[in-house]
Amino acid sequence: MEFFSDIMNYRFLQQALITSILVGIGSGVIGSFVILRGMSLMGDAISHAVLPGVAISFMLGIDYFIGATLCGVFAALCMGFISRKSPIKSDTSIGIILSSFLALGMILITVVQSSTNLYHILFGNILAVTMHDLMLTLIVTLLVIILVSLFYKQLLVSSFDETIAQTYGINTQVIHYFLMVLLTLMTVVSLQTVGVILIVAMLITPAATAYLLTDKMSRMIVLAAVFGVISSVIGLYFSFTYNLASGATIVVSATVMFGIAFLFSKKNQFIFKKEQ
Amino acid sequence: MEISNLSVYYGKRRVLNDVSVSIRSGKVTGIIGPNGAGKSTFMKAVLGLIPMSTGTITLDSGETNPKKWHQTIAYVPQRQSIDLTFPITVFDMVRMGTYPSLGLFKRPGKAEKARTQKWLEAVKLGDLGHRQIAALSGGQLQRAIIARALVQETDRFFLDEPFAGVDVVSEKIIMDLVREMNAQGKTFVIVHHDLSTVKDYFDDVVMLHSDHIVCGEVAHVFTGEQLKHFYGAEINF
Repeated sequence: MEFFSDIMNYRFLQQALITSILVGIGSGVIGSFVILRGMSLMGDAISHAVLPGVAISFMLGIDYFIGATLCGVFAALCMGFISRKSPIKSDTSIGIILSSFLALGMILITVVQSSTNLYHILFGNILAVTMHDLMLTLIVTLLVIILVSLFYKQLLVSSFDETIAQTYGINTQVIHYFLMVLLTLMTVVSLQTVGVILIVAMLITPAATAYLLTDKMSRMIVLAAVFGVISSVIGLYFSFTYNLASGATIVVSATVMFGIAFLFSKKNQFIFKKEQ
Repeated sequence: MEISNLSVYYGKRRVLNDVSVSIRSGKVTGIIGPNGAGKSTFMKAVLGLIPMSTGTITLDSGETNPKKWHQTIAYVPQRQSIDLTFPITVFDMVRMGTYPSLGLFKRPGKAEKARTQKWLEAVKLGDLGHRQIAALSGGQLQRAIIARALVQETDRFFLDEPFAGVDVVSEKIIMDLVREMNAQGKTFVIVHHDLSTVKDYFDDVVMLHSDHIVCGEVAHVFTGEQLKHFYGAEINF
């Protein structure tokens, strides 16, 4: 296979491979919490909301990682603020933030006329991953894994039963924003790989696939990371071989796995019945 | 436990108005009152789950810092609040009750596992720990979430409607356990709706209706006259 010999030969392909594996792991871990807490739409909104941050970073000449992260956290705060201060339902406030930040981002990117192509930011261009991107992805993925394992107890209780978490003395607001920050960081480092539009799929599809296959949270997180890695690597292969946008090929791979799990899951009872 | 001048608002609606109650330690106390009287709200306010607009709570020990005494109470919320689709087994759910004793980073180990199994057996679910929580009957699930509170091994237990929609067998298992633990000096406060069992189940009773409240021993408070006052109809037991 040409792909495998090319991996041996080309440095950019090696970097792309490592980055996509890291993104697969990190988004699987965070994604598990996202889907169990019913935050899928929120994740989508934050990923779109980082776009103006990318543009502003170019304008100011700072690292896009900083601008995008600040912008994502700001969007999370805006959504929380709207739902707390008004009777507007949370899906509506999320929708408003999502579309307005995306719109603002598109205008700014066009105005800036940056060297980074809008198409690549929106749909991912994993083959253009630099060593700098790789290092950032490595740091964020390690951070996600370490923090989630350190605070696993608190994350588990507050995701399962917020009221009980409060009686245990856990500050569930802090946990919420803690997850939001990790989600934003993960989103920003996935920009290059899958692109703004499709990041949410990377978060929720492998996690949803894992959810269908186990009744244990810890196992679900590990499975989600495994499915994330498999879809990233398969996606990279197709992106490279057929010159397709990497975001699209990764998400299609993840969805195929979800489809298979959906058919065979005991939770859905299509093919296998639950024994009990 | 002394609760004085407790008021709670939901938005602009006043749910509890200037309520004062004393709850005796080492007793089984029932909280009764018509639907919407604020029974669950009362319990949540005392637990610090919803803010009190006015009021103070004092423990026998003199402890008034809410943060400290909240953790001396184990809470059993209404069964409907449990997310049955969550990927968690009965055992793992009950084991959560060991978390408050573990501090910030420590993971549950062998001792916590043994404690969990002990209380699962106490509620007669010893062999169902491996099941996903949705695979339990209503009564079994109720016993499981009670076990999660018992695992905390605190001195006070607050139960919100533990017998609503629960089968007779489960109700008996729960009540026998409450009696047994009460004999060892544990305090129970139970929101209850079935007036016919009040005399059998409780030592003391709190009768609650928005801004009106009486409390005391069942024999003194749970009378036809008071029931008429609270429920607006002639009821006799």
